[in-house]
Amino acid sequence: MKFLTYLLFFLVSLSTDLSARESISIVGSSTVYPFSTTVAEEFGRRNDSFKSPIVESTGSGGGLKLFCSGMGPNSPDITNASRRIKQKEISLCESNGVKNIIEIKIGFDGIVFANSKKGLNLELTTNDIFLALADEVPCGLQDEVTCKNTSKLWSDVNSELPNLPIVVYGPPPTSGTRDAFVEIAMTSGCNQIKWIKDLKKTNKNEWKKICRTIREDGPYIEAGENDNLIIQKLNSNPDSFGIFGFSFLDQNNDQVKGAKINGVNPTFDAIADGEYKISRSLFFYVKKDHIGVIPGIQEFLLHFVSEDTIGEDGYLIDKGLIPLPEDELMKYQNDAKSLINMSY
Amino acid sequence: MNNLNKRNKAEKRFKLYGISAVIIAITFLFVLLFNIFSSGASAFKASYIGVKIEIPSAMNIDEINSRKEFKRQVLKMFPEVETRSDKRALLSLFSKGAIYEFEDLLEQSDSNGLDGYYWFLAHGDLDMYIKGTVERRGNEAGRINSKRMTFVDALREQNLIQLQANKYLLSSADSREPEMAGIRGAIVGSLYAILIAFIVSFPLGVLSALYMEKLASRNKFSDIIETNINNLAAVPSIVFGLLGLAIFLNFFSLPRSAPLVGGLTLAVMTLPTIVIASRSAIKSVPPSIEEASIGLGASKIQTLMNFTLPLAMPGIMTGTIIGIARALGETAPLLMIGMVAFVVDVPGTPLDPSTALPVQIFLWADSPERAFVERTSAAIMVLLLFLVLLNLAAIYIRNKLERKW
Repeated sequence: MKFLTYLLFFLVSLSTDLSARESISIVGSSTVYPFSTTVAEEFGRRNDSFKSPIVESTGSGGGLKLFCSGMGPNSPDITNASRRIKQKEISLCESNGVKNIIEIKIGFDGIVFANSKKGLNLELTTNDIFLALADEVPCGLQDEVTCKNTSKLWSDVNSELPNLPIVVYGPPPTSGTRDAFVEIAMTSGCNQIKWIKDLKKTNKNEWKKICRTIREDGPYIEAGENDNLIIQKLNSNPDSFGIFGFSFLDQNNDQVKGAKINGVNPTFDAIADGEYKISRSLFFYVKKDHIGVIPGIQEFLLHFVSEDTIGEDGYLIDKGLIPLPEDELMKYQNDAKSLINMSY
Repeated sequence: MNNLNKRNKAEKRFKLYGISAVIIAITFLFVLLFNIFSSGASAFKASYIGVKIEIPSAMNIDEINSRKEFKRQVLKMFPEVETRSDKRALLSLFSKGAIYEFEDLLEQSDSNGLDGYYWFLAHGDLDMYIKGTVERRGNEAGRINSKRMTFVDALREQNLIQLQANKYLLSSADSREPEMAGIRGAIVGSLYAILIAFIVSFPLGVLSALYMEKLASRNKFSDIIETNINNLAAVPSIVFGLLGLAIFLNFFSLPRSAPLVGGLTLAVMTLPTIVIASRSAIKSVPPSIEEASIGLGASKIQTLMNFTLPLAMPGIMTGTIIGIARALGETAPLLMIGMVAFVVDVPGTPLDPSTALPVQIFLWADSPERAFVERTSAAIMVLLLFLVLLNLAAIYIRNKLERKW
């Protein structure tokens, strides 16, 4: 009994002096996680007066949910996202008292369509990708109706492609990578079919359904959030393809290679120039009102947007981040310096 | 006669099934272990690059900009390098940690000057090539492009790239640079967590087991409690994580990511296991001993404390250690309370943010850098070692203290 009293006393006495948190708490996207952790570590090493921030990988949606759950030391100060915050999430934030948010875009991440180095060199168009992976595709060339996708071979999709079965490992629906892939690659592919593009004006829901639904009859295999697993699978089956972020291709370029899409190879320069179209922006969001409460937030912010970190020769670029154009970087550097609230 | 033959054959067949089942199980185990050990062993060594460092003793080390000075010393070895991109390629063969090593070296030199070859940590990309994990194709090997490769070849010719013991793996916490990443932070976090789990769950578990087995009256209410405890032991561990989130973080507002909260959550998770093991241990103490104690005039509590509990202790300890070993390997409950996180500092107290060993394995397995693959296996080896030690302790305690009647 005495023990229990002590324990209770211990817990209660702890909860009194917890209002002070010493390290910045960061949550959010698993795509931004490798970059965010690199900066957190470097920030901690270069500043003796601040502790290294703690970074949790919760996914973009999960991170924003935590971020918007309230103010105070029990909620995170910063959340990473591999997509922009949604209006719905801003409202949630506001209803919980999170009103002043600073938005920082850190750069781009390409999404690649890759296979084993042992496999063929494939050249695809986004239209091929749409026809190979969509749940419903146009039945014939003339009729404006869709049927279930029955293509089993790449040559069924486009007679110039090899006579190989379609096997594509990709992320599950919860993933930001998948959202971006569907929104950019698939949508651009289906818009090349004229009557589907016209559908957007007349029946947007139907258009969305055709363009953004991935088939579930086998050729597209959900491989979980672990991209290392996808790379292992590509190695064991050289005829299969995988969908993942450019940084994984960059780190494993001895084992896998990216397919040319619309005639462009997924290289660092091509993504940075915007020539390779399948890429998305990476962000993080900061609670302005936590600055001054939790030590080091503004210093961290300034370190993150500095030339040394995300500039052309920054250390995150070595990690596979595609840098922002000069003027955009300047804008965010200014936002971080003057602590300007985001405008949506 | 015929019948007997048949029965003998059936018996032989059955034996064969049994043997093959055992062989299959052992094969699985060995394939797994072999896989882990063969890919993890190389993580205990790391590549280092030798650099000739010359700093005259007259130089005041406080005035040296270590970053610039280190670059100067490295570039001095290749005087023919002029372009900026070539310099970058050469310097990119070193880990970020090399600069910190250089700073330490300067401090140790005590202004006495330095002269000679010193070894500095190489970048993970180079490490992977030196260890042969990444194969060389022509003039390139993975992320070592032809520009970097010319320097690698030149350094190797002078025998200035060596594999030495990996100082970081066991002495530092997590890092984004695989060559600098270690499991010290995770081990300390795990130890804090299971220590707290033990301190909380052991007395609670043993007390409830004693009370329920020896003191409580049997009625419907106690039956319900008993069934519930048995059911709790089978509840998936993620549920306990949600419980920890609701109670310890939201209600008591304890700090997120702290081993204290992890320990308390794991304590709740291990509690049913300990109660069940303790009850069966207490049950197996022969009633004759208790009866003799009571017959000699001892009170019920005296009997429990002096005879029942000490005699049941080996069984209780074994159950507890096995429960704690299970807690050591858990990640799911820690996910909810924020211990699945990137933490650079080794935790000083149970209130500091920290990860745990299985969490560290999970995080490394998910990292893009190639050099994390072997480190993941190395961390698994360390986790397995701890689990084996705990299980050995359980066996030892059982054999040492157990009494046969």
